[in-house]
Amino acid sequence: MSLDYVKFTPGFEQFMPKEYRDMVEHGPFGKKTTVSQMGSFKEILEEHPMCAGCAMTLFIRLAIIAFPNPEDTITVGTAGCGRLAISQAAIPFVYGNYGDQNGVASGLSRGLRLRFGDKPKDVVVIAGDGGTADIGFQQVLHSWFRKERFTTIMLDNEVYGNTGGQESGMTTRGAVLKMAPLGKKFEKMDMVTMAKVAGCSYIATVVPNNPRRVESVIKKAVLIARDIGPTYIQAYTSCNIEYAIPTDKVMEDAKTVEDDRYKFTEYVSDEAKAYLAERYGYKEFVPKAPVAVTTA
Amino acid sequence: MEPISVIGTKNKKGQVFTDPRVMMRDAPRTPSFYTGSEVIKEAIRRASIDVMIAYPITPQSEAAALIGELFAEGYIGDYFRGESEFAVMSQCAGAAFGGARVFTTTAGPGTMRAMENFPMWAGARLPIQCIVTCRGINSPLSIQPDTIEISYLMQTGMLVWHAETAQDFYDWILMGYMVSEEPEVHLPLALCCDGFFVTHTKDVVDLTPTDMCLPPYDPYRSPVPCMDMECPPVRMMRDPFIMKSNYISYATHASWQQEVWAAAERSRKHTIAWLNGLIETENSDADILIVTSGTAVSQGREAIRLLADEGIRVGLVKIKTLRPWPEEEIREATKHATHIIVPEFNVIGWMAKEIKATIPRSERVVAGPRVCGGMTMPPEIIVEEIKRALGIRSTTLAARG
Repeated sequence: MSLDYVKFTPGFEQFMPKEYRDMVEHGPFGKKTTVSQMGSFKEILEEHPMCAGCAMTLFIRLAIIAFPNPEDTITVGTAGCGRLAISQAAIPFVYGNYGDQNGVASGLSRGLRLRFGDKPKDVVVIAGDGGTADIGFQQVLHSWFRKERFTTIMLDNEVYGNTGGQESGMTTRGAVLKMAPLGKKFEKMDMVTMAKVAGCSYIATVVPNNPRRVESVIKKAVLIARDIGPTYIQAYTSCNIEYAIPTDKVMEDAKTVEDDRYKFTEYVSDEAKAYLAERYGYKEFVPKAPVAVTTA
Repeated sequence: MEPISVIGTKNKKGQVFTDPRVMMRDAPRTPSFYTGSEVIKEAIRRASIDVMIAYPITPQSEAAALIGELFAEGYIGDYFRGESEFAVMSQCAGAAFGGARVFTTTAGPGTMRAMENFPMWAGARLPIQCIVTCRGINSPLSIQPDTIEISYLMQTGMLVWHAETAQDFYDWILMGYMVSEEPEVHLPLALCCDGFFVTHTKDVVDLTPTDMCLPPYDPYRSPVPCMDMECPPVRMMRDPFIMKSNYISYATHASWQQEVWAAAERSRKHTIAWLNGLIETENSDADILIVTSGTAVSQGREAIRLLADEGIRVGLVKIKTLRPWPEEEIREATKHATHIIVPEFNVIGWMAKEIKATIPRSERVVAGPRVCGGMTMPPEIIVEEIKRALGIRSTTLAARG
């Protein structure tokens, strides 16, 4: 980029609202901020209209802090709770139609590559479980099969939260929700396996109560998507309203669910490992030197 | 800072970026015998397209595939087959949000499947061009010519033009980008033609030189920010208007919708200059006028010739743009007519309805003849319709045995 994006127009400094001045002077653009510095810099997403105690909001804040290059990142989404927060962030958010976020991101990623060549322009899809696994399913899977180079993040609250609590494909079997009055009849969709089959280069499942881990997976996913291929992160971001989780128990619920059925998993393709090691110095992926075998 | 012009420089294929007015009006033309699909390819070869996204559906499949050949030859930046028309139109939107010049094609049920995207394109001010090679959308399934889908497109906020011939098509594809991309317009264009009649027939078309092409799209002339993180200032929003139930939200949405339609109106002066008017007339002082668009115009021309042989003088109004709708032009052209015949290739007669809503004394409009479902429109049925309107007995086509 042009960090000009986050400068004052000369002569306008004193007239800009404080929010804006804070973003220019104390924002994360052009700096390497981390989740452990939260509270000491102006976040790209701060104010939002989400419900009190919303785990999804915490996850979105962490994810945006983790973007390796926020000054060159464009987010894409669709209808859902997450959209209400992301569209208030200080980076562009593209909303196309219901469930077409991975199609829009495919075109956006290709258009930006044509125009900017090797200069990274990170495209990140952030959409809910309904948007990703139900209405957007075809476009999500096809973007993966086509090896489109952008990151897809599913905010999995296991329900249509924004429309008032209807069953989604990611709801667990048996859950009684609107439109599933007798309980959900089929299993939670295994999108992780589908991502693997469709050829994603990096796949991770996370919960929001481990900020450093969220930061780590987001960073890897975005970097790998630049050059290697599609990446997928599935995050458990409970809906404390529809699942009646007391506000002060939201993180406890996340921990319980993590231990029970949403364990941290991470898949990194060999190509992605080599890329992270060579390009970005990830020591964990540097091939270990063969152990010398000595014979007595 | 001095503006840098690309005019006169070459693209990677050696084509010279040419002032569109010079290219379209002054440059020598070469008559070429091509199908409509091939004409689309030749126009796109000269259109400096960044991204084309394709999906097969009759009768546009051939054109969409031919543009793949252009991609293979290096004339287009990126090209692929999407997974459905809805996906394709979303992918087109993404590329346009990123600042690319985008082209696609669709038809009939594909148009309907993609429909959610069209008002979104218009609202997002994406100057994408979509060729619509019209065909039936009804059940039982039909792949045959029928223009009913245009009536849906006309309510989306897009510019909608209706080509009669392959020559119209060739010129309007190139001119369409020039109108669509004007900063005060910046709207998508649905460039329609009647499937098969135009796409699958051969015609002589005068082509501009192969070594000339349109200047590239400049996304920074867009009236809304390009989504590339290159346009200061930082985008910050509080309380997006999407979900709010209050007056300010309603007023914002209302004013934006009005602005989209106002932008279509502002396209008039550019379109008039490029297309030499939104309508074209012949003998509009005649008592009887045929007023229509697309290949119904061609059939009307034949009917006029047949009637002239019998001493009946009939004039013609060819409507080129449906959005913007040439309201004043149609009123003026039809002011002396006693009978206004509107032949159409669809069952509902959307063109006749539009005309009735436009002119005084709408009882002058004869809403027909109409054919649909792939039926052809022999000029004789237009002749018959006119004679019936005039109270002249004629032998019906059915009676011809």
